[in-house]
Amino acid sequence: MTLHRFLMAKPWIWSFAATIIVWVVTVLFTGGASSFGLSQAALTFAAFSVVVGIGQMFVITLGPGNIDLSVPATMTLSGTLALKLMDVQDGMILVGLLASIGIGLIIGLGNYVLIKALRIPPIIATLSMSFIVQSVAIWSNRGLRIKPPETLANFATSGLFGIPNVALVALILSVIAWILLEKSIYGRWISAIGQSTFAARMAGIPVDGTRLVTYMLCAVLASVCGYLLASFSGGAALNMGSEYLLMSIAVVVIGGTAVAGGNSNIPGIWGASLFMFLVVSMLNTYGFGAGFRLILTGLIIIAVILLAGGRQSLR
Amino acid sequence: MKLSSGTIRLIIPAVSLVLLLAAVFYMQPRAMSYTGLNLLFNLAVPIALATIAQMLIMSVNDLDLSMGTFVSFCACVAATFLQSSPVLGILIFLGAIAAYAIIGVVIHIRGLPSIVVTLGMSFVWGGLAVLILPSPGGTAPTWARWVMTAKPPLVPMAIVASILIAAVTHYIVMRSSFGVLMRGVGGNDRSVERAGWSVIGIRAATYALAGFFAILSGIALVGLTTSADANIALRYTLLSIAGVILGGGQFVGGKVSPIGAVIGALTLTLAGSFLSFMRISPDWQIGAQGAILIVVLALRLALNRLEKREKSQ
Amino acid sequence: MTETLKREEVVAARGIKVTFGAVKALDGADLVIHAGECIGLVGHNGAGKSTIVNVINGGLSPHDGSLSYSGNETHGISAARANGVRCVFQELSLCPNLTVGENARIMHAELKGWNWRGRALSLVETQLREIFPGHSIDCDLSIDDLSIAERQMVEIAISFAGIDKRPKLVILDEPTSSLDAGLAAQLMAYIRKFVAQGGSVLLISHILGEILSTSDRIVVMKDGRVVADRMASEFNTRSLVEAMGNVVREQEFARAAAAKSGAAVLSMPPRRGHGLSFQAYRGEMIGLAGLGGHGQTEALLDLYLDRNSNWWPTQKREIAFVAGDRSLNGTFPLWSILKNLSIASLGQLSSNRMVDRGREDELGAGWKKRIEIRTPDMHNRILSLSGGNQQKVLFARALATTATTVLMDDPMRGVDIGTKQEVYEILRSEAANGRTFIWYSTEMDEIRLCDRVYVFRNGAIAAELVGEEITEKNVLAASFHEGDAA
Repeated sequence: MTLHRFLMAKPWIWSFAATIIVWVVTVLFTGGASSFGLSQAALTFAAFSVVVGIGQMFVITLGPGNIDLSVPATMTLSGTLALKLMDVQDGMILVGLLASIGIGLIIGLGNYVLIKALRIPPIIATLSMSFIVQSVAIWSNRGLRIKPPETLANFATSGLFGIPNVALVALILSVIAWILLEKSIYGRWISAIGQSTFAARMAGIPVDGTRLVTYMLCAVLASVCGYLLASFSGGAALNMGSEYLLMSIAVVVIGGTAVAGGNSNIPGIWGASLFMFLVVSMLNTYGFGAGFRLILTGLIIIAVILLAGGRQSLR
Repeated sequence: MKLSSGTIRLIIPAVSLVLLLAAVFYMQPRAMSYTGLNLLFNLAVPIALATIAQMLIMSVNDLDLSMGTFVSFCACVAATFLQSSPVLGILIFLGAIAAYAIIGVVIHIRGLPSIVVTLGMSFVWGGLAVLILPSPGGTAPTWARWVMTAKPPLVPMAIVASILIAAVTHYIVMRSSFGVLMRGVGGNDRSVERAGWSVIGIRAATYALAGFFAILSGIALVGLTTSADANIALRYTLLSIAGVILGGGQFVGGKVSPIGAVIGALTLTLAGSFLSFMRISPDWQIGAQGAILIVVLALRLALNRLEKREKSQ
Repeated sequence: MTETLKREEVVAARGIKVTFGAVKALDGADLVIHAGECIGLVGHNGAGKSTIVNVINGGLSPHDGSLSYSGNETHGISAARANGVRCVFQELSLCPNLTVGENARIMHAELKGWNWRGRALSLVETQLREIFPGHSIDCDLSIDDLSIAERQMVEIAISFAGIDKRPKLVILDEPTSSLDAGLAAQLMAYIRKFVAQGGSVLLISHILGEILSTSDRIVVMKDGRVVADRMASEFNTRSLVEAMGNVVREQEFARAAAAKSGAAVLSMPPRRGHGLSFQAYRGEMIGLAGLGGHGQTEALLDLYLDRNSNWWPTQKREIAFVAGDRSLNGTFPLWSILKNLSIASLGQLSSNRMVDRGREDELGAGWKKRIEIRTPDMHNRILSLSGGNQQKVLFARALATTATTVLMDDPMRGVDIGTKQEVYEILRSEAANGRTFIWYSTEMDEIRLCDRVYVFRNGAIAAELVGEEITEKNVLAASFHEGDAA
């Protein structure tokens, strides 16, 4: 009974358990030869999903209907503009990072202005915003594919003590996000808003201000991720963000964050991101194609949401 | 005569479409011909059908994020099984409709957010599509090709089909007694339940109907493009939502309009052609579509305010 | 009397008991409705009017007692509908996005097949014309486009309409709340006609004139029981108010001497452009009385939202709110008791915007002792508490803030008497310390605790009672519209 309650209280355990199983199975299948490389790759690619996933999680925590569809466009624009601004000069690395953070702030602000001023649901507001952002990215990306500054590229592709640098960055961001969520007033506020917006308002929480900050935070994380991803892959591509739209939502859901809002879970995002990558590589090593991989991903999402939904109805 | 709010909701989309069309004709007078119109609206038919499917889901306060992958899947089935062994193809489609009905039931019984369930389904449909057609290919069934490229006298096929779609779905959603129940669930499901109806059944039927129209969309798309691939219609998810909204539909409250949805889909299609006639560089076309969406929504908000002020006076 | 006995019993509810937790909503109530009579049902808030209506229309199963329709014992929504019971609810139960005719289709399953639209239209139009001759409702419009009064008219018409068979009993819960005097008179006239043709009506209204002039028999409820059941001719406005009230228990207690000192801490102009304006002074306990749903909650919300920014964190909180509907707008169900308690005073508990767990625990321990929250651990989930204890946590949430004014939206609904006494004690000592309380309550005992009372009717303040004037009789008289017989 206590074990049961412990598991219920820590829904991220499932994603980690699944991750470890998949890792072991894959490593066994390949005879152990690939264990180091596989872990490295998993950490690297999971890191990107973690960074955008955290932002999406903050937004989803705000409650039903809150979602940010402008994540991929933001990633693309930030990667493109930052690389263009840095123009392969090492001295500009910090300026580029600041620029991409600025882009995130502007897009987040724009998203919430649309939501509030036009009174449209976040899903359509962030969608319209993403169209415009995507266009700016296409426009600015025209011409040559600009390489990232050498130091930055080296940083993004190398590691420290065998752990990829991007994973370390994602870890630092996760710790900050965890502190925000668990220790700060802001974390309490978004959780309260997600459980009941009206009750939150009546408890004296500045609901609109908090939501605005959250949408800006999500966009900033997406643009930082775009900056890192562009540096990692040696240049920005127009479709570089596209797979992260569904991925950012999927890792949040699989990671045990309540889709109904109010309850979020940072460790779970790590578990889910690693799991999603490892499932893909496992199916690849077995020789399954992209089709099975997608079907399995979808079935996993639905199974998780069915289980999680069942938990809520038991309450 | 007092205009009903439903009629007012239809005016803005219709006016935007007419203005856009006028602008296109002004800039490119040659478009004012049979072939010109056909070219302009060619791709509108599958988008209109997908928009109708999305609208049905939205009429019961849900949202389908798997529309694009589902239409892609249907296009792949249409270009392969439906062409080579029609019976198997039809069976697959029936299975897909049943799957949609089951999704509706599951969402209702477990009280799940439709966004997440359909998000999961979008992976499933996408995976199935890749399994059927790992690389672009397949052939359109001859009859689908024939229907989509038919040249009726006077008015191009795309427009005839759009009017037909609007008329049929207007009858189903706005006039039939089933449509009333469907919109009733969106408007106030408690009162529908209190009057003794099964809301689960209504939701399942609505989802099944949406699946049916999405299948038609896939077949129409293949009829136009002659072959299919697994990613052929991915952007339909967002286009269909935008089309419903442009056409005056709303996310909650069962306020939808099939005629508006078709007009919304036509507007979106035309906006693409308009922007290229404007010599707006292709870079900005997506952005301009976003801007059009925002402008129309802002207009509608202004109109709603006006209407409310009139009512309170 | 013998004539009444011979008539058919449409609905007979005898000895009905319904309890919600510790609260006895119905405590052995009897209500028998015969064919061809109109019964007026009156009573103050919480007397059990809506509960007995819900039992009769099948929405609630009684925990004890017998319920029969036309002599057959059965219950449930479909059984009630099959026996010709229809109900017009106080909150509108039409689909706002559908037209008038389409709503008729939802309520009447028989409307289907060829030309159902035409038949639905003629059904509603005929019925509307019959009840409200000369009305100007366009039945092709959607409910959204109609005024509140028109919506109410449509709902009444749809409920009275019948295709194959007419309804036997129509329950009208405050049917004239948004109709003007002319329309109300038309409705009352139609009720008489409907009754004369053998139908029955159960009429609930706060306008006593209507009840007295339209009903054949008047049933007065109090504390979940029927306290009077007599022919309407035996009542007049005065005796009706007296029957509803509680003349025996008019206990006395020390009331703080009204101290209207200094400037008002809160004030509000007359609501809806008529009635009295509102003022509150430091250290006062102000009651908002009147029948439920007459604008008290809206007044509280206006007071609160005007003084709380939606964008910036407030530096110094001046006003706090205690919600009445716990599950809807009070508790945060995923959280522990402690987090639910501290949410409104996080500013005091944190440094650099980070919550100090130590100080939070201290606050929790202090309030746990002070208001006796019955839990082994403040870190348990809020839902592990009983309703009364959850409510205490909400009180503690407001009282733990620095706010000098506390608004309370009928917070004691469904709380057991022991808890109530404890909370009253705390409120009194807090008021003595200079806090101002504005208290909307549907319970007369609580209203009588206040220093000053505003009685609401139809969204505006109808009367102000001070000190000794606060009696059940005065409150009832002000909340019920004596009005002309409509």
